[in-house]
Amino acid sequence: MPDKKIVEARNVVKQFMGERVLDDVTISIDLGDKIAMMGPNGAGKTTFVRSMLGFYHIDSGKIQIEGLDPIKSRTKVLKEISFIPQLPPPVKLNVAELLEYVERSSDTPSSRIAEEAKAMDLDIDAQMQKPFFKLSGGMKQKLLIAIALARKSKLFVFDEPTANLDPKAREHFYKLLSGIDYPHSTIFITHRIEEVEGLANRKIYMDLGKVVEDERL
Amino acid sequence: MKNLGLVAYLDIKESLRAKWFYVYAFVFGGLMGLFFISGITDSVVMGFTGLSRLLLVFIQVTIIILPIFILTTTVKSIAGDRESNVLEYMLSFPISLKEYYWGKFIGRFVTVFFPVVIALFIGVAWGLYKGGNQMPWAMITLYSMLIFSICVVFLGIAFFISTLVKSHDVAIGLSFAVWIVLLAFIDVALIGLMMQNRISDDLIITIAMLNPIETFRIGAIALFDPELTVIGPVAYYLLDSLGHSLLIVYAVLYPVILGMLFAFFGYNAFKKRDLL
Repeated sequence: MPDKKIVEARNVVKQFMGERVLDDVTISIDLGDKIAMMGPNGAGKTTFVRSMLGFYHIDSGKIQIEGLDPIKSRTKVLKEISFIPQLPPPVKLNVAELLEYVERSSDTPSSRIAEEAKAMDLDIDAQMQKPFFKLSGGMKQKLLIAIALARKSKLFVFDEPTANLDPKAREHFYKLLSGIDYPHSTIFITHRIEEVEGLANRKIYMDLGKVVEDERL
Repeated sequence: MKNLGLVAYLDIKESLRAKWFYVYAFVFGGLMGLFFISGITDSVVMGFTGLSRLLLVFIQVTIIILPIFILTTTVKSIAGDRESNVLEYMLSFPISLKEYYWGKFIGRFVTVFFPVVIALFIGVAWGLYKGGNQMPWAMITLYSMLIFSICVVFLGIAFFISTLVKSHDVAIGLSFAVWIVLLAFIDVALIGLMMQNRISDDLIITIAMLNPIETFRIGAIALFDPELTVIGPVAYYLLDSLGHSLLIVYAVLYPVILGMLFAFFGYNAFKKRDLL
């Protein structure tokens, strides 16, 4: 596996209303790293990920994705990242429209998404005209996973990805992740290491906005 | 900019299914129906007099309803998307903020502008059916342009509020405040200021001129009543200072410029502040 840096975050500080939510965070992620990012609520995990995705302007420090600033080079950076939020958002577009949005914005064919969904036991052809928010919790999560995998990104960011999945669907998900056959990195935000056991090769533990533990598994 | 059209198109499709759109279209369509039933077109002299009266009443009602509808539904959907993390997900795809913001603006414009203009055309068709014998093109063109202007200005303000205020409740409250202040300054507050005699008349006129609801009202009535006798001293002063044609040009252009300025300020804030 080539030792290529995907994410380089140095001395990152982010404050909300005077409170340091990220306090001098330095994290470097290489291609091939599968990270279990852990920590209690309010530790700064989601803020770090959102800063990586260019949603937050950091107060000081530097974040680069493959050498690019996520704010200044937003579209180039986001081409390389697939993101699944903790809870499926109540998107009002129907499934066909959501797939069109993904297909045209990310050059990801809908047929590829359908294949990934099928591997998760989700037949999206039958759901095309349904608004996304009206799908069941499990279906929504499966579709988000299918979209993320179909994009064939270099970096996957999963925020509690299996929260809405039944045991069988979790198994499918893990199998699909293990089956990705090209170099990539993954960040799993999770509260339980058992959730991603066997998938992660590194653990980062955050608390009060700081990285308190960073070890290879 | 390949995604600009995509965002606009999907926003239109989403809006066409939304409850607010049905209420909005129903209100304007229903208003026209109400005017027909209540016999606004059935004046003593049928034809253009009745049609003009119908359009005038329509425009007057539009002044009150359109701004608040545009403000509340727009800030509700944008601030709501942010609060419910829809924005987070949709912006995790490689779409530039410029495409997303302006795509949403264009999409939302289409959904607020066309129902009102279609209701206007229905009114005209009804008026013609009831006895008019010629299409009043000048009036339709002017009214369509004025509706265009007022849609742009209130969309601009709504997008500005939505990007500045992150809480959905605060955004709705602020929209109401903007609407009430602008409505108050088309008449009640201006008269109060005049009666108190504390500030100069020029300042009062300037306040009136800066209020997009007032310019819309003046522009709308200017065609129907060229002397503007029905709306009091401010309009009369403006007519005297600018002349009829310039007044209409001002009434159409000023809200568009103001709305685009607010929209650009909103875009700037969208780009430079945290998105979530």
